[in-house]
Amino acid sequence: MSDGGCASRSIAVTVNGSVCRAEAPVRLTLSDFLRQTLHLTGTHLGCEHGVCGACTVLVDGRAMRSCLMLAVQADGHQVTTIEGLAAPDGSLHPLQAAFCRHHGLQCGFCTPGLLTTLVEFLKDCPDPTAAEIREAISGNICRCTGYDSIVAATIEAARALRGDGTTP
Amino acid sequence: MLAGGQSLIPAMALRLARPAHLVDINGVVGFDRLEPSESGVRIGPCVRHAALGAEAVPGPLGRLLSLARRHIAHAPIRARGTFCGSLANADAASEWCLVAVALGATVTLRSQGRVRQLAMAEFLLGAMTTALEPDELLVEAHLPALPAGTRVGFHEYARRAGDFAEVMALAAYELRDGLVSDPRIALGAVEGRARRLPAAEAALAGQRPHDAAFRRAAEAAAAEITPADDAEDGRLLARAAVARALSAAA
Ligand SMILES: Cc1cc2nc3c(=O)[nH]c(=O)nc-3n(C[C@H](O)[C@H](O)[C@H](O)COP(=O)(O)OP(=O)(O)OC[C@H]3O[C@@H](n4cnc5c(N)ncnc54)[C@H](O)[C@@H]3O)c2cc1C
Ligand code: FES
Ligand code: FES
Repeated sequence: MSDGGCASRSIAVTVNGSVCRAEAPVRLTLSDFLRQTLHLTGTHLGCEHGVCGACTVLVDGRAMRSCLMLAVQADGHQVTTIEGLAAPDGSLHPLQAAFCRHHGLQCGFCTPGLLTTLVEFLKDCPDPTAAEIREAISGNICRCTGYDSIVAATIEAARALRGDGTTP
Repeated sequence: MLAGGQSLIPAMALRLARPAHLVDINGVVGFDRLEPSESGVRIGPCVRHAALGAEAVPGPLGRLLSLARRHIAHAPIRARGTFCGSLANADAASEWCLVAVALGATVTLRSQGRVRQLAMAEFLLGAMTTALEPDELLVEAHLPALPAGTRVGFHEYARRAGDFAEVMALAAYELRDGLVSDPRIALGAVEGRARRLPAAEAALAGQRPHDAAFRRAAEAAAAEITPADDAEDGRLLARAAVARALSAAA
């Protein structure tokens, strides 16, 4: 590695509400920082070049690819990972609950990225059509479900988040 | 130079790029400036794809930006990648390169002790090739406004939503006394770099905006290009995309 590769910086990132201070090599990706330094292995790595969506996390509330950000770039920012979606008492986020009910996951590899992507999407678009949901998750590859159950779960979660309709 | 990192970090991950030094410009104060005005919009080097649309930029220019933006990758990539980074990266299938070329954008390049402005046509030299010198930073892009009443259309075909395009076409024109005036027709992803298509524009100018005129312009487009890959496929794609962009604008 070049000289740049050896340097590290001390950074402070707020991850799921708690401030984490750590030394980060300057070229460490945010995804490796979350998984290896902070041992938050819920964020998955499929392709490591932006295509599969598995590594998607929320940075200051916006969905971003953690494999395409450096850990040092998260210094001073808020990161939410899959580990931070459920309420502190452990009750699931409406999207997580709906994914369970509709079998929106099988192996679960893609799920953390889908959920973070959809959390942001439902904030911007609280009453989406199935077509809009499909476009929103077009950057998340799932090789198990065939997506239909994910779309159904999202429609139900959107309803729950809007506060209309009954959750079974 | 690391801007949004949505092209450079993948290239590094695949070991296609191995830069000895990386300078992250994301922290530079003022680089995220986005200034719409009567004359157009000034775009600083840290303005993200997601920030450029009708909600930020008024008039037909804003509408056109929204139309193009939704074809760029996926929301998490649009939240991070930058407009200026797309121009600097100069992918043949870059939506922003197509928009910038079609509208006659200017870019400001800066190095220590030197500032220069280039028209997009002088800046964009070919696929992944620009006039940027190694010590230069693209510090601003300026997109000129489109006159009120300009009709705009954008058509793109990609295998899957968010993939890089196989073809994309942009159309913009005004109507004077019911006839097309000042048409802009530009094509991306088929040749090495995006460009306006003068023969197609000439075929459309002064015509009534209806399907027959759009078809003739699309034929002219297909005839005047030199596709980078398969010529027959390229012409087929160009013909269809130009016709659809024109109908979308109508
Ligand atoms: C899965 C995926 C799909 C994608 N699909 C599309 C698509 O459909 N259409 C599309 O257009 N793009 C697409 N992209 C690329 C994306 O739009 C990038 O954001 C864009 O190409 C580059 O912008 P950036 O800010 O991320 O640049 P970076 O990755 O940071 O930099 C790219 C290059 O430009 C240089 N550079 C960046 N900014 C400047 C500057 N201000 N001055 C001088 N040099 C600079 C860098 O040094 C580097 O060489 C996709 C990316 C991914 C990962
Ligand atoms: S691991 Fe980041 S997008 Fe695939
Ligand atoms: S559940 Fe297995 S990849 Fe989506």
